[in-house]
Amino acid sequence: MYVFEEERKSYLKADIISTVEFNSSGELLATGDKGGRVVVFQREQESKSQPQRRGEYNVYSTFQSHEPEFDYLKSLEIEEKINKIKWLPQQNAAYFLLSTNDKTVKLWKISERDKRPEGYNLKDEDGRIRDPSTITSLRVPVLQPMDLMVEATARRVFSNAHTYHINSISVNSDLQTFISTDDLRVNLWNLEITDRSFNIVDIKPANMEELTEVITSAEFHPQQCHTFAYSSSKGSIRLCDMRQAALCDKHCKYFEEPEDPSTRSFFSEIISSISDVKFSHNGRYLMTRDYLTVKVWDLQMENKPLETYQVHDYLRGKLCSLYENDCIFDKFECVWNGSDSVIMTGSYNNFFRMFDRNTKRDVTLEASRENSKPRAILKPRKVCVGGKRRKDEISVDSLDFSKKILHTTWHPHENIIAVAATNNLYIFQDKVN
Amino acid sequence: MIGGMEGGVDAQSLISISLMKIHNSRTQRGGIKLHKNLLVSYVLRNARQVYIKEKYAEIYRMQQYEEVMTVCNEIQELNPLDLDAEEADEEERSRGEESSVCGAALQRGAAQPAALCRTGSAVSGCCPLEDVGKDPEPSYYRSCCMEAPPAAPCDPFTGSGGAHCNKTTVLDLDTHVVTTVENGFLHQDCCCAPTGQSAAKKRKVEFGCCVSDLDDVPDFTRKRAKREDCSFSDYTDTSNISNLISIFGSGFSGLLSRQADLEQICSKQALASLGAWTRAIVAF
Repeated sequence: MYVFEEERKSYLKADIISTVEFNSSGELLATGDKGGRVVVFQREQESKSQPQRRGEYNVYSTFQSHEPEFDYLKSLEIEEKINKIKWLPQQNAAYFLLSTNDKTVKLWKISERDKRPEGYNLKDEDGRIRDPSTITSLRVPVLQPMDLMVEATARRVFSNAHTYHINSISVNSDLQTFISTDDLRVNLWNLEITDRSFNIVDIKPANMEELTEVITSAEFHPQQCHTFAYSSSKGSIRLCDMRQAALCDKHCKYFEEPEDPSTRSFFSEIISSISDVKFSHNGRYLMTRDYLTVKVWDLQMENKPLETYQVHDYLRGKLCSLYENDCIFDKFECVWNGSDSVIMTGSYNNFFRMFDRNTKRDVTLEASRENSKPRAILKPRKVCVGGKRRKDEISVDSLDFSKKILHTTWHPHENIIAVAATNNLYIFQDKVN
Repeated sequence: MIGGMEGGVDAQSLISISLMKIHNSRTQRGGIKLHKNLLVSYVLRNARQVYIKEKYAEIYRMQQYEEVMTVCNEIQELNPLDLDAEEADEEERSRGEESSVCGAALQRGAAQPAALCRTGSAVSGCCPLEDVGKDPEPSYYRSCCMEAPPAAPCDPFTGSGGAHCNKTTVLDLDTHVVTTVENGFLHQDCCCAPTGQSAAKKRKVEFGCCVSDLDDVPDFTRKRAKREDCSFSDYTDTSNISNLISIFGSGFSGLLSRQADLEQICSKQALASLGAWTRAIVAF
């Protein structure tokens, strides 16, 4: 029984979704999991005959992106888990995406094949070579329709550039370069060149004993191809301009909010570590996620955030137990909606939160099979922080910390969101009027 | 600083949890996660700061208690009506001096173990006595202090008059272990030598990530544990933790700048209060 449960755990573990990403048109949705697989969903064309199936997402392609590897020099296993997927904007019929594990970035081409040539002279329909003596006439092969086949091929492999674990990748708006970031370095690549990359940020100290912070995430500016930002474990964000110097160790802007001494605790450093940084679509704002809050920064104001949203402040009194069970190290992501008016991030108990920046209203929703049948409307949830618990509320102690929503993504134009809850993917759409 | 935290959060248990996490990270699939270990080291540092602060506060409280006790003894001794007990008084006074000197030595030793306790060639010499300028019978004091180690705790105050303290704290200057005798029961307190200056040899533990560096930590802790074991009969987890704290203390110099300041402040406070007392000793 014990062995069975262990096996089941390892089976489930490989299915745990580790990243989700819409492409730039919203037509495709990619997920990566701990087993190194990528599953791509495609939105159905809306049809008049079936209006209720308003653009549902179905599996389009599945492929094994990364395999487990072994670094013989360091005697270390390299996990196959997909840390990040980033789509390239579509330029022809094929789709391209970058996927990365801890050490290697790969460029995948996903293309369709719905025709095949038939009527070869030298080989028969099965592909076997024909005996030349039996060939008496010539014919031109013609393309015949076939069942749609989606194939994924690895076009580039960008490897051996990172000593530490890659935490993020970001495609530049010039569509020619991208950056890959690990704990201490940011490397710049050309999409066409795999045997060379340029190091543009290096925060490794001369003496590793003096290490005080690491890079947690980096992203290119959505419009300015020379600007990128990276966040640190100390809760700061640096904006860098690649035109200034080849090595962008010196930042242009430094965003940090001074720590409130009244909230100091054993775990202050952990909860202030930024787990995700995202530029707004319009390029004017930055959003950062730390353990308890989401902050929106104006690029013109470095000394404090424009807005701060409490995601689950009721956890502040539970930090010790969250430290013991390692939940305090969870890296939550955050996303903007298409118009930058709403931001979303995940929490525990399969809850995720949305904050409307204009109305200042927020809502907590739950991604679970029990509570959401297809076409059902999600009911707002509430966590009871103290005092009398109402009927529909859930108390802090009842929260399931093993059910966490770390990865979410928002359709670039419509109100469609994808939420990864452990090994399940939930896609929610706006209510159809 | 860190204070008034989550109720009931024990610095010691946080230290042991953190060390366990660092140890387990070595066998994690995918290699050591630099970010996570860095964050754990911050918790370790914070817990260590609180732990050391508490220890210093305890020593400071003990020292203040001893001062009060000695003043009380003096008041008793100065009772002019008690002529028969004059000799006894002198004895007590000298004992009081000895005990106070001993106490001062202990406390000074506690405050700055490395700086003050090097000159004696004896096992745990009360060398500060020489600094004081007074020339007591060294053997007596040495034996007094030598009894500090766990086997037979030094109890310099119980001999003084009626002021019977049922709690005595003794610091072993060599191994920096604080032993408390309370109502006749021996408590093995933790090592209170957090400073990087500690006389014990310290191997630098490189946090430097990844491969083999953290291999050194458990080995070293085992060696140090053995050394301590030779000294003490019962070796508690908390002593283990203290030793590991001191190991990490030498390793994370970048993280320790604030911590060093704290220690300096505590040392200075302890010393400041001692200053007046040592002057009194010299006068005698």
